[in-house]
Amino acid sequence: MITPHLPILEVVLPLVSAPICLILRSAVVAWWMAVALTWAAFAGALMLLGEVLNAGPITYALGGWAAPWGIEYRIDLLSAFVLVTVTAIGSLAILFARAPVAREIPADRVYLFYVMYLLSFTGLLGIAVTGDAFNLFVFLEITSLSAYVLISLGSDRRALTAAFRYLIMGTIGATFYIIGVGMMYMMTGTLNMADLAARLPGVLHLRTIDMALAFITVGLSLKLAVFPLHFWLPNAYTHAPSAVSVFLAATSTKIAAYALIRIIYTVFGGPAVFAPMPIDEMLLGFGMLSMIAASLVAMFQDNMKRLLAYSSISQIGYMVVGLSLGNVEGLAASIVHIFNHAMMKALLFMAVGCVFYRVGSVRLADIAGFARRMPITGAALLVGGFSLIGTPLSIGFVTKWFLLEGALEKGWWPVAAIVILSGLLALVYVWRIVEAAYFRAPAPAVEGIREAPAIMLAPLLILAAINIFFGIDGTLTGDLSIAAAQALVGTSP
Amino acid sequence: MMLLPGLFNYWLVVVLMMIGFYVVIAQGNLVKKLFGLNIFQVAVFVFYISMGKIEDGTAPILVDGEPVYTNPLPSVLILTAIVVGIATLALGLALAVRIRNAFGTMEEDEIDAAEADPS
Amino acid sequence: MTGSEALLAAALVVPLVGAALIVAAGRRPNLRDGIGIATAAVLAVVVIALVRDVLAGARPRLVLVEMLPNLSLAFSAEPLGATFALVASVLWLVTAIYAIGYMRGHHEHHQTRFYAFFAVSLSATMGVALSANVITLFTFYEALTLCTYPLVTHHGTDEAKRAGRVYFGVLLGTSIGLQLPAIAAIYVLTGGLDFAPGGILAGHVSPAAVAVLFVMFIFGIGKAALMPVHRWLPAAMVAPTPVSALLHAVAVVKAGVFAVVKVTVFVFGIDLLRSSGSSGWLIYVAGFTILAASTIALFQDNLKRRLAYSTISQLSYIVIGAAMLHPLALQGASLHIVAHAIAKITLFFAAGAILVAADKTRVSELDGIGRRMPWTMGAFAIGSLSMVGLPPTAGFVSKWFLLQGAVASGQVVVIAVLVAATLLNAAYFLPIVYAAFFRPLPDGAAQHGEAPLASVGALVLTSALTVAMFFFPELPLALARAFVAEGQ
Repeated sequence: MITPHLPILEVVLPLVSAPICLILRSAVVAWWMAVALTWAAFAGALMLLGEVLNAGPITYALGGWAAPWGIEYRIDLLSAFVLVTVTAIGSLAILFARAPVAREIPADRVYLFYVMYLLSFTGLLGIAVTGDAFNLFVFLEITSLSAYVLISLGSDRRALTAAFRYLIMGTIGATFYIIGVGMMYMMTGTLNMADLAARLPGVLHLRTIDMALAFITVGLSLKLAVFPLHFWLPNAYTHAPSAVSVFLAATSTKIAAYALIRIIYTVFGGPAVFAPMPIDEMLLGFGMLSMIAASLVAMFQDNMKRLLAYSSISQIGYMVVGLSLGNVEGLAASIVHIFNHAMMKALLFMAVGCVFYRVGSVRLADIAGFARRMPITGAALLVGGFSLIGTPLSIGFVTKWFLLEGALEKGWWPVAAIVILSGLLALVYVWRIVEAAYFRAPAPAVEGIREAPAIMLAPLLILAAINIFFGIDGTLTGDLSIAAAQALVGTSP
Repeated sequence: MMLLPGLFNYWLVVVLMMIGFYVVIAQGNLVKKLFGLNIFQVAVFVFYISMGKIEDGTAPILVDGEPVYTNPLPSVLILTAIVVGIATLALGLALAVRIRNAFGTMEEDEIDAAEADPS
Repeated sequence: MTGSEALLAAALVVPLVGAALIVAAGRRPNLRDGIGIATAAVLAVVVIALVRDVLAGARPRLVLVEMLPNLSLAFSAEPLGATFALVASVLWLVTAIYAIGYMRGHHEHHQTRFYAFFAVSLSATMGVALSANVITLFTFYEALTLCTYPLVTHHGTDEAKRAGRVYFGVLLGTSIGLQLPAIAAIYVLTGGLDFAPGGILAGHVSPAAVAVLFVMFIFGIGKAALMPVHRWLPAAMVAPTPVSALLHAVAVVKAGVFAVVKVTVFVFGIDLLRSSGSSGWLIYVAGFTILAASTIALFQDNLKRRLAYSTISQLSYIVIGAAMLHPLALQGASLHIVAHAIAKITLFFAAGAILVAADKTRVSELDGIGRRMPWTMGAFAIGSLSMVGLPPTAGFVSKWFLLQGAVASGQVVVIAVLVAATLLNAAYFLPIVYAAFFRPLPDGAAQHGEAPLASVGALVLTSALTVAMFFFPELPLALARAFVAEGQ
């Protein structure tokens, strides 16, 4: 009964519940509602993934208006995979959020936090399910606008300026995106992605389409925080409340990566578009720059959140490089890294959130030696750190292996070398944290602290388990992403 | 040459867009930045509406014997985009007010100086 | 699961279980140390049984988990791996006994953590020795680096942390920077990573690519301590002596040379390397390392550092054995894994015993110490003879095979290097023995006797093994012959 309407329910339920929470004005109710909805969405996403695996892509015509006139929701393997990733993070981050939110945000605004959380969650899910280029813009803005609010709730006043800068950059990015969509509409007369994919090959030679792709790529790269367009990200992640850092770091850039893959591969036909428009070379260059430059900056950060933020930019480089390789392995690396990076960054930001909850600082000097007092948090940090480096048996290794395979298959040695180098740089910055956590004499603020409360540790441990499990047995995520990549590149499995 | 008159709207879009973009980048005042951002967005609205317009087309109301009418879809889309734009502007202004309360200024260079100050 | 497969699994699991029990028994030192010895004993029995099966022709294989499509963690036992596993597990048992005397005698802190990581390191060593494909080897190689890091930095001083960084940086840097891309390249080129007799690369790659990949592997395996990637080994000497003895004379460094030999024979293949001529340079690099490290050792006054540089030079004996690509030389390499292990561990045990009993770390302080510690210094003398390669010790056996291999393959350079290295070894070991026994004790020397019984017993045992291998080399020789027969 419900199953046929799952795609729309995923989006509508959190959307509707947000204003309800607003009206009820109760933090407790809002939290329980958010927990129920995110977990329901997670269950729904798993069901959708199962259905896509069994029966192929699902389409859903919104309001019964058939595509291309109505808005179509279309869930293929990639969207289902991203949907599962986002809902998993959403449902774990909300569990984690309660304790730190109650401490970091004034009590009378806590329910507003959950309203914004639900709205942002809605937008993320909408991006994943929609099959309409303009609808994607709307959801992108829903999630971004609520993200600006979430960031501005940080206790430091710098959170306000970080949110403001993100707002300016994000809006420019989104506007670039709709300019590109408008140009595509001018030339093809449709906004439906499947329709666009069918009609674009005929007009690929037009300069307007060149411009459209350029605008869209730059716009999404802004949201994605690819290297020279990353300036909004470090401050936003650093000054946002702990729970927001967890949620956004694990989802918002990942969903932008998804959108970029969607546009380049589904709409423009992937490798076919690289010949007339060498967008792949551009992305490859900037992706590699992100990987190296951001890692170099991360090495010198003393603030753990800022360090992780720069590491995010570097990891985003992996996704961009992967999708610009244009072969199945490369694209599979991007897709699997959406999942892997979400899991490892959520884990790391959660661990840092736990430390902040107890120690009250995220500076390396202030948290020295905390791992002896908080062994579980310390171990989780270690697991996430190894994933960032990409050591074998961690999920980071899965991505790295696919990327190396993709680069070497094309004979692109320098790309493989950059991937390896970036892993080595990650080793340096991760080890700075590990040394501070384990091998330094305890800082004064660390004396007498306890392990974080159970409700924060539970999602932390679940994420650590995910990190370990999918690192040791990467066949499930690996196979899924390869299948999704094959569908997108157009080679049948 | 049809270039100038025929594409008049598009030239307007480009000029508006550049003005908006310039203001966002060059102005240090947060509110002015937001206005620039809004001009930038409005340029896109004009762009969408222009492309839907068909010469001598009427309003898209179904009446007998009037086959040429403007494409309604871009206008509808822009209605949505306007809502998003207003939401963005409102949120941006609210943030600007909060920043003014927290920092005592809305000039970017002064805020930067205050942020660099560790206090 | 057959019996030998169960043994294979047990070899990996027993140390892990031991580590867990050690942590659980952390508050009761006697119980904890008892568990440590029991674990080591069980592992030794398991590995000995496994070795017996391997010699009887069994080749058990076990796939633990598929990490990625076509990429699995898999284990198998073959003669070379069995040799390495045997050496590591038997010497662990001896070290476990020695360590109790040392750690208590020296009043080390955090002993539970120390023993637990020690056991985990042994599990990783077993994983290296029994790996069935390159990615498994790589995984456990990295794991070994990671779980020995806390042992190297055990003292927690600034010096230990600095050394830890060098250790970590060099080992992980070379393996991630060179070894991993080489592995990925081989996977892309051949579509598989399983070790196979005769190698897996033949027919898939151009000679130029073979040369590049071989360089990446040799220097990517930093644990083999070929110059210029040897710096981590002297740095690691800040660790407590049992760590230096078992890990940095046996498990870790042998994991390195083992990986070199294994990759040379079972990935590249003797024939491919011989026909492409891409391994000739290795003889010169290894020869240079032997001579240079020996020369440096000559000038080290710190006893453990002198032993570390001696290790660097001795490791290259094994590498040079592999690089000659000759059956006899490969047998020599396999034998030297055993011979060097038991002799060098004796020397480290002696160095640790001197530290515990006399609180001395410098070569120049050892005048006349043989009179106070006759057992220790006697064992040290036997270990020294083996390092030099004189009968009746194990070092003579392996060196004999290396020389025979060099003669048979006409490698004049290798013969010259081996002769020169023998002289250098004599020059930096025998004066210590001479001073200990024949120089007078300095005036006012503190009164002290031998180290605790457990420590002395252990080092006497290993020195006895060193001599025994000269008279009864059948077991290591049989394993070496089986390995060479399989590698062809």
